[in-house]
Amino acid sequence: MDNEFKSPLAVRIIPCLDVDAGRVVKGVKFKGLKDAGDPAELARVYYMQGADELTFLDIGASHENRTTMVETVELVSREVFIPLTVGGGVRTVDDIRVLLNAGADKVAVCTAALKTPALISMGAEQFGSQCIVLSIDAKRCGSSWHAFTEGGRNDTGRDVLEWAEEAVRLGAGEILLNSIDKDGTGHGYDLELTKKVSESVGVPVIASGGAGSLEQIYEAVSLGRAEAVLLASLLHLKELSIIEIKEYLSARGVNVR
Amino acid sequence: MIGIIDYGAGNLSSVQKAFSQIGAQTLVLESLSGLERCRCLVLPGVGAFGPAMRGLMDMEFVWPLKEWIASGKPFLGICLGMQVLFSGSEESQGTAGLGLFSGTCRKFTAGKVPQIGWNRVSAGEGSGLLKGMNREYFYFLHSYFVDCCEDSVSVGTAEYGLTYTCAVERGSVAAVQFHPEKSGEAGLRLLKNWVELGI
Repeated sequence: MDNEFKSPLAVRIIPCLDVDAGRVVKGVKFKGLKDAGDPAELARVYYMQGADELTFLDIGASHENRTTMVETVELVSREVFIPLTVGGGVRTVDDIRVLLNAGADKVAVCTAALKTPALISMGAEQFGSQCIVLSIDAKRCGSSWHAFTEGGRNDTGRDVLEWAEEAVRLGAGEILLNSIDKDGTGHGYDLELTKKVSESVGVPVIASGGAGSLEQIYEAVSLGRAEAVLLASLLHLKELSIIEIKEYLSARGVNVR
Repeated sequence: MIGIIDYGAGNLSSVQKAFSQIGAQTLVLESLSGLERCRCLVLPGVGAFGPAMRGLMDMEFVWPLKEWIASGKPFLGICLGMQVLFSGSEESQGTAGLGLFSGTCRKFTAGKVPQIGWNRVSAGEGSGLLKGMNREYFYFLHSYFVDCCEDSVSVGTAEYGLTYTCAVERGSVAAVQFHPEKSGEAGLRLLKNWVELGI
């Protein structure tokens, strides 16, 4: 990437809705889930507040859940006119097609892509790289990070930086980078991880996991060099609003919409 | 009725939903049949230049589209639907575009590619599409940009390592590089502007 290049793009603030059995839930470090509301209703609220994009993650990923998620995406895409990313339990090119047809603009793949990296290349070939988001659940292991699967339960031993680079070569158009260590803690994003991945790939990186304050969101962008930030607990628990976040970032010299 | 051309270049449902939100009726055209019922035409599209042109040729839409535009009926190209109006693209060398505007599509050489996200559009004076919306943010998603050789048709520009044309208008033909259907309230307003221009 050209170091002289200064991106004119607005930093994207992306509310993340983890959905299980038709309800938005939120836990800490992927555990201890609590109810946070109705997905379509929250989507409307965040859209009106100025969300730049929305992400829905089906965390149960059962057959019934998938049907409910498709219905939610169909409903939301009729009322909310910003990009929608949907993920969770996406295993096949057909799964991707169903979600895109329902109204998703991008589909996030995680566990299945680690098992079968060709899912990325096949998805990118059929629908374009812009549709394929690689979601990485990363956990620090010694001096590096490993990619985990099964909602953070299984260590694949795969180095996160290597995996991100390979996925981009295969056609992933964006990286959604979740820190398991930081998820839901409010202790701040894993800045070192975010910066390393962002500087090693030529596609946008969305920082996820750990946001607890305005300063930490600013740091994800300034120090972590993320193009976008994913927010869940902070918004669902109404500790901060998207408007407040954008006002703060703008005052710190960050481009926001 | 607004006809949305389905030439295999991506999902059209979000374009349909956005028009529905502003109270406009749409009809998806998978072939020439139904064209006579349409008063305005939209050419959307994501994907690559070559396959998109082949898609238009396979459904024998190239000539009808040129005739439509020549006769001064309202037309809107979105994203790839703007690029194919020009003469060609670095993305698919050897494939000719519709050649309705002078210029070719080139790949970005700075920054992360594709450009994904919200960028500001500087509106030219007298733009019908961007009426009342100078320096507004719209959602962009593309690797190739139009290197437009006709200053007079360029009504909107954006910056991404360079300044480039992201909106064109000439008579009843209009096209934008960004995605109004995914650009929140500003995008809906642009679609509304376009629908009202056609009346």
